[in-house]
Amino acid sequence: MKSFFAAILGLFLLCAPALAQEESPDALIKKVTDDVLIIVRQDKDIQSGNTAKAIELVEAKVLPFFNFQHMTALAMGRDWNKASAEQKKRLSDEFRTLLVRTYSNALTSYKNQTVRYKPTKMQSTDTDVLVRTEIVQPGNRPIALDYFLEKHSDGWKVYDVVVAGVSLVSNYRDTFNQEVRANGVDGLIQMLANKNKQLDPGKK
Amino acid sequence: MNNQLAKRIGVVVLTVSVMSACATTANNPKDPYESFNRAMFAVNEGIDVVLKPVAQGYDAAAPLPVKAGVGNFFGNLYDVWTAVNNFLQGKGQQGASDVGRVLVNTTIGIGGIFDVASEMGLEKHAEDFGQTLGTWGVADGPYFYWPLIGPRTTRDTFGWVVDSFADPVMGLNDIGTRNSLAGVRLIDRRASLLPTDKIVEQAAFDKYNYIRDAYLQNRRSAISDGNVARDGECQQSRCF
Repeated sequence: MKSFFAAILGLFLLCAPALAQEESPDALIKKVTDDVLIIVRQDKDIQSGNTAKAIELVEAKVLPFFNFQHMTALAMGRDWNKASAEQKKRLSDEFRTLLVRTYSNALTSYKNQTVRYKPTKMQSTDTDVLVRTEIVQPGNRPIALDYFLEKHSDGWKVYDVVVAGVSLVSNYRDTFNQEVRANGVDGLIQMLANKNKQLDPGKK
Repeated sequence: MNNQLAKRIGVVVLTVSVMSACATTANNPKDPYESFNRAMFAVNEGIDVVLKPVAQGYDAAAPLPVKAGVGNFFGNLYDVWTAVNNFLQGKGQQGASDVGRVLVNTTIGIGGIFDVASEMGLEKHAEDFGQTLGTWGVADGPYFYWPLIGPRTTRDTFGWVVDSFADPVMGLNDIGTRNSLAGVRLIDRRASLLPTDKIVEQAAFDKYNYIRDAYLQNRRSAISDGNVARDGECQQSRCF
């Protein structure tokens, strides 16, 4: 009997990664969004603007489903190819810190909005998919919130978030290009690091 | 009315052409009048020192149904113009839906205070004359940051002039009512932007640049109704 349970458990463990892979991108977005909103709705600290706590939530629930390397590449455009492997890692780390903070802050201003999921058009062979959602708020027209996802061996990952037609990633393109032109890739790393330090003087 | 519109457009043409004559030290091709724009941006930041606390007070004091009602009321007035622009852009179905929205919300929604139409499945759109010009193929033109009005491309500046003539609030004869309504609307609009303030403050390396780039992206998307082609130069973390 014991071995029977062990076998079942083993089967589940074997299947777990496969199941994760099977999850469609729109189902993933819905699951993560619902998970996060349920917590935010109950958490008075986050609602009253506790950014640190919101960051904790985002790091645990949202971060695993984002590809920050691709996001950084998208923000830098052609300049990405000028960076060495080590520079790429530092750039992605700093950019992640900045984006996580921005995104977490958006959560602290969450009040009465609901999220509506729009149908996703995709074929089973697609490896790059757009998932459209809408934030519905009383007294205002809905705001489009779109996610771009790409397929990896360990499931779908978000590489761009677009709010009302504004990509939170490519909105940095000009600023980043300008900095690389003026001070090189290291200049950009420094600029990101300074910004993160200024936003959170306690850390590092 | 037509005469006035012509006069206003004349003023804009003059301003824009005077601006074009100014020698600039631009290094961003999207933003040739950056120094003028940054000066105007500073002016608006100054105005916001007064406007923002008022909007915050309104946001804190007014209960949600009141805020939603105010937003819905002005939204309903604007839906008329959205309908016109949808027809001008050849989107008849959306235009008809907008007309339906106005009819439903003005009657069942008690003068537009309740957005009954959205609950019935008539989706709210937002179209302005700048978008209509965009669909007709008019290019952006240089970017401007105007005092009070905020960011506009050259095309959208003209669009704004036409929008303001179609605005039922600004068309009111009673100056007192007109100004109070315009004032409430301004506070309501500012209040609806409050949540983004903190995000922009934190996300931006340079607030002026961040707002400009976001505005330009947003307009491109609004004109194509959200169907902007991706840059496409990045694949699997490699950019070409």
